[in-house]
Amino acid sequence: MREFVSPQNFVPSDFEVVRNSDRCIACRVCERQCANEVHWYDSDLGKMISDETKCVNCHRCVSLCPTRALKIVKNNDTYRPSANWTGPVIDQLIRQSGTGGALLSSMGNPEKYPIYWDKMLINASQVTNPSIDPLREPMETRVFLGKKPDAIERDENGKVINNLDPQLKLDVPVMFSAMSYGAISYNAHKSLAMAAKELGTYYNTGEGGLHKDFYQYGPNTIVQVASGRFGVYKDYLEAGAAIEIKIGQGAKPGIGGHLPGQKVTVDVSQTRMIPMGSDAISPAPHHDIYSIEDLRQLVFTLKEATAYKKPVIVKVAAVHNVAAIASGIARGGADIIVIDGFRGGTGAAPTRIRDSVGIPIELALASVDQRLRDEGIRNHISLVVGGSIRNSADIVKAIALGADAVYIGTAALIALGCHQCRNCHGGKCNWGIATQRADLVKRLNPEIGAQRLVNLVTAWNNEIKEIMGGMGINSIESLRGNRLMLRGIGLTEKELEILGIKHAGE
Amino acid sequence: MNYVIIGNSTAAVGCIEGIRAVDTKGKIVVISDEPHHTYGRPLISYMLLGKTDEEHMKYRPDDFYEKNKVDTILNTKVVSIDKDKKSVKLDNGKSVKYDKLLVATGSRPFVPPMEGLDKVEKSFNFMTLNDAKALEKAIDSNSNVLVIGAGLIGLKCVEGIVDKVKSVQVVDLANRILPSILDEKGSALVQKYLEDKKNIQFTLNDSVAEFTENTATLKSGKKIDFDVLVVAVGVRPNTELVSEIGGEVRKGIVVNTKSETSIPDIYAAGDCTVSHNIATDEDQIIAILPNAYLQGEAAGMNMAGEEKVFDNSVPMNAIGFFDYHIITAGAYTGDKYVVENGQEYKCLFTKDGYLNGFIMIGNVSKAGIYTALVRNKTPLSEVDFDLIKDSPQLMAMAKSYRDEKLGGAL
Amino acid sequence: MKKVWVNEEWCLGCHLCEYNCAYANSGIDDMVKALKGKTINPRIRIEEGDSINFAVQCRHCDDPICVKSCISGALSKTDGLITIDQSKCVGCYTCVMACPYGCIMPSEEGPMQKCELCTKNGCEPACVKGCPNNAIVYEER
Repeated sequence: MREFVSPQNFVPSDFEVVRNSDRCIACRVCERQCANEVHWYDSDLGKMISDETKCVNCHRCVSLCPTRALKIVKNNDTYRPSANWTGPVIDQLIRQSGTGGALLSSMGNPEKYPIYWDKMLINASQVTNPSIDPLREPMETRVFLGKKPDAIERDENGKVINNLDPQLKLDVPVMFSAMSYGAISYNAHKSLAMAAKELGTYYNTGEGGLHKDFYQYGPNTIVQVASGRFGVYKDYLEAGAAIEIKIGQGAKPGIGGHLPGQKVTVDVSQTRMIPMGSDAISPAPHHDIYSIEDLRQLVFTLKEATAYKKPVIVKVAAVHNVAAIASGIARGGADIIVIDGFRGGTGAAPTRIRDSVGIPIELALASVDQRLRDEGIRNHISLVVGGSIRNSADIVKAIALGADAVYIGTAALIALGCHQCRNCHGGKCNWGIATQRADLVKRLNPEIGAQRLVNLVTAWNNEIKEIMGGMGINSIESLRGNRLMLRGIGLTEKELEILGIKHAGE
Repeated sequence: MNYVIIGNSTAAVGCIEGIRAVDTKGKIVVISDEPHHTYGRPLISYMLLGKTDEEHMKYRPDDFYEKNKVDTILNTKVVSIDKDKKSVKLDNGKSVKYDKLLVATGSRPFVPPMEGLDKVEKSFNFMTLNDAKALEKAIDSNSNVLVIGAGLIGLKCVEGIVDKVKSVQVVDLANRILPSILDEKGSALVQKYLEDKKNIQFTLNDSVAEFTENTATLKSGKKIDFDVLVVAVGVRPNTELVSEIGGEVRKGIVVNTKSETSIPDIYAAGDCTVSHNIATDEDQIIAILPNAYLQGEAAGMNMAGEEKVFDNSVPMNAIGFFDYHIITAGAYTGDKYVVENGQEYKCLFTKDGYLNGFIMIGNVSKAGIYTALVRNKTPLSEVDFDLIKDSPQLMAMAKSYRDEKLGGAL
Repeated sequence: MKKVWVNEEWCLGCHLCEYNCAYANSGIDDMVKALKGKTINPRIRIEEGDSINFAVQCRHCDDPICVKSCISGALSKTDGLITIDQSKCVGCYTCVMACPYGCIMPSEEGPMQKCELCTKNGCEPACVKGCPNNAIVYEER
């Protein structure tokens, strides 16, 4: 029986399920595959029925329908149009008036802020400095992340002294960003781990600890230490190739995290080292970090704990004074800094925070790279950016702006099947990614998932080579910070200044 | 190597295929008193029913003998075996030498002495293709047929002819139909179905005292008029060729699990043998087609020098009448689990931690899963019996079993 | 020989394999035309449990008891593949009695039907091609 909703609380559904009854064979795949129970077979009517109010538009049913009888369209039910009091604004007001709670959302900021990647264009060689064919000539996309020495040192015999700090070797300039086991499923984690191994790169545990089954992927794992310190212990720190201190994340800068108790299953509880069924709350700050000096202490605590064998990463959200913060992090002894832009995804965040806090990654990246150069410490630290890297061109632009490598999260999830319904916080992910429900988790076969990730990153890497070749560049080292390769389009003087690029035509 | 096979039915084919799996060269000779290409003997009722014809009844394709390099001597009877000279003597006076011999002589109708039977002009057995053809010729839409015997053969015959004749009456000495494969409940259900569906009249607990040309007088005094008589009381195994030369025979020819008789180099398989019923742990004739094939196959492989054991013989039958199906297997002793639902009936018999036998009537879907439990003597401790008793399903089997059988895990 | 192998860990019980089987064996080009308004009678069947599902179809046994039990010679095995000649099958159900996996069942027309790995449909097994999660795979093992 349908739930009764008071008229004051009623919010029209965002989507309509359109079923082409000429094509529907009532196989009920849609019904079986929808954890939201949108579809059912009515034996009296002899046909499939849908309740679109439950639909989150994950496209699981559309994708599995064998006769392509389904599509999801936007509900054109409308309030009196207003450019200010839009439908979504009114809906949110109705919801909050009904519940008295903060609005919760998932994935990245979907609002209409500028996407600077799309306002930058890449150069190509013509006549002089000829372009390079990556199919014929070697093209290097391998990246080493970590502190680089100021100078080559030699001993009395003239032999080079190895004064290199620990490095991460990436065969492709792409890593999978932090997504905790708990927020995403076992199979999603396994897919990421398998793909990272195959690709010669890294995935990141997030703050959920490392499942015992995945210690075997340690050489391709970055283990995270976040404010909740979930799952952190000696073996965990030693298992990873690097340790990441998470200060903030792009989707929700300044606040902590909250994994609801129902997602804390036996395995999740063991991995996080918390009681089963208890809410896992990550505090907003690290309670032992109130200054760069405190951060430095934690960096060196972790280095000390792992015998200075592993690079230590510090991840912060892109916020207003990110350049100064980055400088502090570099001086705090970190080997790698990660900056996460305001479009970065999350399994759950307060909507207002997600949609209103933080700054675009492109601007943050440019200003951080410039600041570190200005201070002469750019070589002391590697720079990784994340927060909505959507394709290989975004990566090329990021590297040209000064990044050493990028993190991808949302793109990786889409490779795994995510269709961006942005209801991760509901825990009923129909694609088996953002859920702990066993029947849903099994929908993601890691063999398939890993292969899709490998396909995606391999394709991107080939595209990067092609784009670099076009610029006459045969090594990603030569692209890094090479802002001459970028031109802005439709940007203001100030934006161009921050990005450190010229306008197209200049 | 010279292989000689007496018989040309299921056990013989099993033997040929068994030999050829091991030995592609040796000479094989098949000798049969029937004139036909090997045919599926139980198909004769389906032929009368119109579901198959002589061409489609061929048990193996036309090129079967040629492909398997088999010489056939058809329409010829073996009259004796000379175990010392290792040859068989034919009714045409010739002899055929063998190195290994298979006796797959099957069985013949058992016709009890019945007063006046010789006066019945149109009297038939129902064992062979020729029997069926003769019967088919003798009946028409005005025929009133009397069938003596409400067993498997008698009732399949009834199914084959009932729509072609005016009436069918069945008489059996037993108090219920199909007593060899059904329990009382099952017999009653099937009997009622046949009575209701095709108006077949049964007279049970009775037998013929005397025949005149068109009338049978039963011991009870009841008189039944008929035009055509079918005697399907039972069968007797053809064991004489072996017993005459001192081979061990107890009801049927005694063979071991390698299908060897007590005489060196002589094997036997099929309805002429006794098998060890693993459901009852007793020796008996298990006159069913799969048993004949498997014994024949084991015989063939052993004759060709490869050790092959067939040691899980159980009675199992699939029989149906007008889309009302019955599948049974094993022995009907032990604890019963019964499900009745109108015309559907299921009874499982468990004993000593095994599924010992079952009867399924009506819904027989996936019955083979039960059959496998019986044949393989799968300990019920390894299966979810509460699940599987409801319906045969692999879900009830151990995960390791599924992983192996479905997933190919070793 | 390549066979269809089942990995129940990945079976979602979506039943797509059954529909793809029915479609492939319908002889009709269009799935809607083939299946709309019909109750399907596929040769592959899903068994569903509380948390386990798996598809079952003919295992093409090395030692096929169905072939050895068939009273008409309709079932035969060639190069590892067990096929049925429906023109010879009389529907006696002996194979139903024998098959340890419950994988032979009557067709709508009467004779028995079974998975023949789509060899008569001119394609690789449709069930496998349509499986969304590689719960069934067609490979040599």
